[in-house]
Amino acid sequence: MAVSDGGGAGPGLPDNRPIIEVENLTVTFGAIRAVRGVSFTVRSGECVAIVGESGSGKSVTARTLFGLPGSGATVDATTLRINGRDALTLREKQWRAVRARLGYVLQDALVSLDPLRRVGAEIAEPLRLHGVLARDRVPARVIELLRAVGVPEPQARAAQFPHELSGGLRQRALIASAIACDPDLLVADEPTTALDVSVQAQILRLLAERRREGTALLLISHDLAVVATLADRVLVMKDGVFVEDGPVAQVLEAPSHPYTRALLAAIPGAQSKGKWLSLPTGSAQADPVPAPSTPGPGEVVIEARGLVKRYGTRIAVNDVSFQLRAGQTLGLVGESGSGKTTIGRLVLGLLTPDHGEALVDGVAWSRMSGRRRREVRRHIQVVHQDPLSSFDPRFDVRQILDEALLVGGVPRAQRRARAVELLEQVGLDETMLHRRPARLSGGQRQRLAIARALAPGPRVLVCDEPVSSLDVSVQAQVLDLLVRLQRETGLAYLFISHHLGVIYHMSDEVVVLNDGRVVESGEVGQVFTAPRAEYTRELLAAIPTIRVPAGAGIGGSHAEFPQEATS
Amino acid sequence: MTQPTSLLRHQVARSALLRQRPGQVIAAVVLSMIVLAAIVPGLFTDGLPYEADPLATLQPPSLTHPFGTDANGRDVFTRVVYGARHSLLAGLGAVALAVTVGTLLGLIAGLGGRIADEIIMRLVDVTMSLPNLLLAMLVLTLAGPGALNSIYAIAIYIAPGYARLVRVQTMVIRRSEYVQAATALGLRRARVVLAHIVPNAFVPLLVLATIEVGTALVAAASLSFLGLGARPPAPEWGAMLAAGRDYFSVAWWTAVFPGLAITFTVLAITVVGGALQRRLEGLDGPEGGN
Repeated sequence: MAVSDGGGAGPGLPDNRPIIEVENLTVTFGAIRAVRGVSFTVRSGECVAIVGESGSGKSVTARTLFGLPGSGATVDATTLRINGRDALTLREKQWRAVRARLGYVLQDALVSLDPLRRVGAEIAEPLRLHGVLARDRVPARVIELLRAVGVPEPQARAAQFPHELSGGLRQRALIASAIACDPDLLVADEPTTALDVSVQAQILRLLAERRREGTALLLISHDLAVVATLADRVLVMKDGVFVEDGPVAQVLEAPSHPYTRALLAAIPGAQSKGKWLSLPTGSAQADPVPAPSTPGPGEVVIEARGLVKRYGTRIAVNDVSFQLRAGQTLGLVGESGSGKTTIGRLVLGLLTPDHGEALVDGVAWSRMSGRRRREVRRHIQVVHQDPLSSFDPRFDVRQILDEALLVGGVPRAQRRARAVELLEQVGLDETMLHRRPARLSGGQRQRLAIARALAPGPRVLVCDEPVSSLDVSVQAQVLDLLVRLQRETGLAYLFISHHLGVIYHMSDEVVVLNDGRVVESGEVGQVFTAPRAEYTRELLAAIPTIRVPAGAGIGGSHAEFPQEATS
Repeated sequence: MTQPTSLLRHQVARSALLRQRPGQVIAAVVLSMIVLAAIVPGLFTDGLPYEADPLATLQPPSLTHPFGTDANGRDVFTRVVYGARHSLLAGLGAVALAVTVGTLLGLIAGLGGRIADEIIMRLVDVTMSLPNLLLAMLVLTLAGPGALNSIYAIAIYIAPGYARLVRVQTMVIRRSEYVQAATALGLRRARVVLAHIVPNAFVPLLVLATIEVGTALVAAASLSFLGLGARPPAPEWGAMLAAGRDYFSVAWWTAVFPGLAITFTVLAITVVGGALQRRLEGLDGPEGGN
């Protein structure tokens, strides 16, 4: 089929024919049944989303459509038709012809693109391989594709290597290569998970455009908000089965399955503020968080005064000031490269500012002696994004906590009992003591990291993207844990995140950062509902939001992103 | 010959290792026999290594002398058994010394600031630019031949490579998140270095060193063969090989059996060391992902 522009079916003419027909699909790996009898259909011009958490079987389902379920997999189905062809009996050679009509966009563009190949060559490959185009016309088509996915200066970009592009551009290049042969179906597996919100909005818009042109979309995601902006139909997957299946509005506004309700309640944001994120079993409504025992903010524990940090000629942090009071949460929000992590490290006294001061209890780090610094470190602890790499790989849970308790001055004889107490405080138990962190789940690791941070008896926790690598429901549990600990102990949090919903849910006050500068700061509700700075407005507008029955999402009640009607 | 069989059974009973990796099990059994011979040679032979029978020189292998006898009428099997201690000690000694010196130099270079780093690393560069055996021979010419001096000589050329490895490891680990986390926790610098940096920098070296015991053992045997290490009549495999060389055309067994002993020991050490390495890396595996 010759491809010059638009699509084979003709742009704007969705003919509604089924691209994917799956009935009773089962995929097993030995004794493990990853997918257990799912059925769905995807028609051209339609976007179907499969939503689920890690291990739910959503990615295996998607890969099976490409004949790539994984090694050792057994695929079984009543019907598995792709583009009208029975895919159950296909041999490898025939699969290639089927795949030529499908496009696959993966989460991490950096690992999906060949690091040693220029972007242009990567996109040209499917065109050459499937012989859809005369050889001499390929380079022009590559540039055309890059332009179509909104890559600026496509000529220059085509000559670059993947590592030279930003995350957003890489993801676009990957989409360009996926749509190169004008596929009938585009499968996008977590296409925006690794991206900043504004880039995410652009990618979602791009995918919506493809759908309007008649391409069928199968979207795989754990993020219901992303799904809400794009999908016509939502399939909620759990333990290899669809627990819920319906039009997007119905699933999000009137979910019938408790799991869907729990997933919806677990989304942090304006609607969740002041409530627990994890639903009590059997309930459809989240409980409110009890008010703190000591009302009103306490004394200032952390202060930043005109912090400046340069790396070479680049200014990572530029004149940043804020105050954090006892029992309060201050959110630092910004996209990658905005300087939030650097600020965290300055506040922790791990970096020395070029100008300005970071003060703990009114004393600047620069004025403290080495002994005093160690003393102060006890009171200001940190929880990292990637807990595993923050633990010594040789240490087990007991050793990790033991060391933290040593810092806290707990006598050796009491440490074991105290370690068990700490584990229980974060929802773990004694049986974990002799495990290594590598053998714990992501949520358990983050709980352990919190337990370690609590061990020396701190008054401040710096939480640097503490939930960014977790599933929605695990994220909900960890955030609930942090809220509960704050209510119980009056801890102050400096909460660093790129996720505006998480920041809104957790913070009392917020500092919005862009390129190392404070764009806006103030009480969180005010900043998020009535932003004064243009940048904040753009950031908020870029968030995909869900219209929830209880009321408004973040920044108003829009259930779409700008300039793009969703349904 | 009942001993290896029963050892094998024991291994099989404990795990299915034999079926999965028969080479590793055999190597482990061979190595434990050699170690046992080094510790209690009397278990394997009633004879003594210096006991000569002038009436039975250069006897071919037989029931009374399974490996034959040498030019002085000494039982080659007995000498090979007793030689295990010499050879293993030389290999282990050289590597242990090299690990100690290399680790210290690497740590000083990695943690001690730029000047210390420059001095140590340039010294390492110079040492590593000389051919290994040439360097060892140079040392032995200056210090005089002997078993102990050959251990020093071998350690001197192994240590610089270890210093490099430890230095790089130290620099990587110093910037790792868990060292930063330990610092942020409020631990003393000394504890961060001793409890986190040193052990983690040391683990990869330990694995490398296990395999290198075999190489050092060959080096020690080579030096003895050249007359620079352990001297005859010591039952050292390299020295026995050198002595057997003169009779090779009439009594092949005087050279072949010490040679085989070296080969099997090195092979066993390499296989066991490799298995150890894979196991340690397997343990480290899940850290990379999530």
